Amino acid sequence: MGVAKYIKNEKDAIKEVIYQSGITVKPSYGPEDLERAGFSYEKDLGAPGEYPFTRSIHPQSYRSRAWTTRQYTGFGTPEETNERFKLMIANGQNGLNVAFDLPTQMGYDSDHPLAEGEVGRVGMAIDSLRDFEAAFKGIPLDRIGSGLTINAVATIMMAMYQAVAEKFGYSKNQISTTPQNDILKEMIGRGAWIFPVEHGVRLVGDSIEYAVKELPKSNPVSICGYHIRESGATPAQEIAYAFEIAKAYIENVTQRGIKPEDFVGRFSFNLNVYGNLWEQIAKFRAARKLWAKMLKEDYGVKDNKNLFLRGLFGGGGSGLTKEQPENNIMRGAYYALGAALSGAQTTALCSFDEAYTIPTPRSALLSLRTLEILMDEVGLRDTVDPLAGSYFVETLTLEMEKKILEEMKEVEKWGGMVKSISNGFVQRKVSRQAYEFEKGLQSGEYRKVGVVPVSEKGTAKDPGTEAAAVELHEYNEAWAEKSKANLKELRRTRNGKDVAETLKGLEKAAKTSENVMPHLVKCCHAYATVGEMAGVFRQVFGEWKEPDFY
Amino acid sequence: METKSKIRILIAKPGLDGHDKGAKVVALALRDAGMEVIYSGLHQTLDQIIQSAVQESVDVIGLSIMSGAHLPICQKLMAMMREKGLAHAKLTVGGVIPHQDIPKLKEIGVAAVFPGGTSFEDIINGINRLFE
Repeated sequence: MGVAKYIKNEKDAIKEVIYQSGITVKPSYGPEDLERAGFSYEKDLGAPGEYPFTRSIHPQSYRSRAWTTRQYTGFGTPEETNERFKLMIANGQNGLNVAFDLPTQMGYDSDHPLAEGEVGRVGMAIDSLRDFEAAFKGIPLDRIGSGLTINAVATIMMAMYQAVAEKFGYSKNQISTTPQNDILKEMIGRGAWIFPVEHGVRLVGDSIEYAVKELPKSNPVSICGYHIRESGATPAQEIAYAFEIAKAYIENVTQRGIKPEDFVGRFSFNLNVYGNLWEQIAKFRAARKLWAKMLKEDYGVKDNKNLFLRGLFGGGGSGLTKEQPENNIMRGAYYALGAALSGAQTTALCSFDEAYTIPTPRSALLSLRTLEILMDEVGLRDTVDPLAGSYFVETLTLEMEKKILEEMKEVEKWGGMVKSISNGFVQRKVSRQAYEFEKGLQSGEYRKVGVVPVSEKGTAKDPGTEAAAVELHEYNEAWAEKSKANLKELRRTRNGKDVAETLKGLEKAAKTSENVMPHLVKCCHAYATVGEMAGVFRQVFGEWKEPDFY
Repeated sequence: METKSKIRILIAKPGLDGHDKGAKVVALALRDAGMEVIYSGLHQTLDQIIQSAVQESVDVIGLSIMSGAHLPICQKLMAMMREKGLAHAKLTVGGVIPHQDIPKLKEIGVAAVFPGGTSFEDIINGINRLFE
């Protein structure tokens, strides 16, 4: 039953409930539980907007402003993506969340042999500034912020975003971008890494340093517990590993002589909403508190604004099923409810058809409407942190806090996140858990509605394989042809001397400890391609070799 | 006395996609079922996959493909397997595979197809059956 462990007696009564993070839940809770856990209102909660921010980072939360919705969008050519951006904005979306195709994510141009069959498939294809000009045409970049889902080459896209804004007449002080830019999580899950660990972290450090000095409204890194969770981590590990990753980036930047106080306020998080509802809510509340506490006590950060755990709580991909895909609409609504009850500032939902296809406009809008119903119809904006004071939720939040700290300790015992990833400790642990969970799902130990355990296949309980009523988003070979033709034209018409010179400057910076960002901005303005810029990095840094995962 | 040697299988991720949870959990399941499993790691070209398969003298290559490009990839790899002396080895494929593509994959010469949602038991039995 569910994604937690439920031990039942022969009459189907629940004897024991154990959440994925390893927390046992009692049949009921009372004041004695809070007392036993040493709960204190001042120390553990405080008012909304007050340290340690367990309840909310803002005193008014949704009373002052509903959450920002950012559906993940992008496919095909920049022109098509631009149309979809405009559709989402016209329908009330107030931020963008840009998807790039795999060649772009991996730093290859559309005409590279490894890009074959992948151009525009899972996101938009970007080769040069010319493509960004098409993608962001007519989007008010001073009002609409953009999340850029890109990691290994996030520095390049961040530079290109600045370049396109400048090209359109905005100043770099006006624009707000949040590149995902979390390379360490790519090495645990999602897999879009290129360079060895230490070079990957250096690039993240370069982008943070640059944002601190040059891009006042941008948030250079979004740390993704999300994908770590998708890869098999428990909710407690999701937060623990995200925080350990954050610590690795903080260390890199402080080594440059920048104080944590000056940059940690720019970090944001991307966290998952999939799983047991209560466990998620406790996770977010505990995470807000721990983040603030860690920054204050371990890094001497003083300004409250810099202690906020900001971020996107959403998605829920792993929870969705291929079986009976329409069920995912309801699942998504409940995940979003959890995010709203946890005070998410920004959110997005995986669309119900994502186990099959890139979302169609219809399914993407359904997700957006689901989010609106919560804010505008059923009352999630009424009051801040409505579950505060619940014996259960407060006890669980304290227990979750303990679990997160335990998981962080383990990583520290391994020598910190950079080492844990280099040695494959985290990847092995997470894969093993994913395997155990999948086995549990197949045996019926865990349950998702519509997923039939092996023992029930072919019995009356098995609805059989129903034809899924999903409209497929077709891959269009013409995208690659168009991108390749554009690239050819670009190479013919741009100023080759500028390109060569700016790339040379980039190479020099990459080889030393000079920040690569100003050079990347120049390369972008000169219409150097993503493949050319990433090629410089590939040549200087080399590529990562994954550790064995057994 | 063991009369049959263990099945050796290369689980491989061709192409740029980095979603490797499926490949990894299947690798663990096959290993627990007593097979010798080699995992290729991410971002492999078909040449690299063939090279590993030859080096490790595997009986099966199991591809994990999420991108939708399973038909051209399998077609190419089958030809390369014949060319590089791997004609005896079997090719299987798992991942996001639409139902209607299964007969086409079989026609190309793919020995078994395990779309997302196939149980570990069915995958293990399916591979064992190839050597009965």
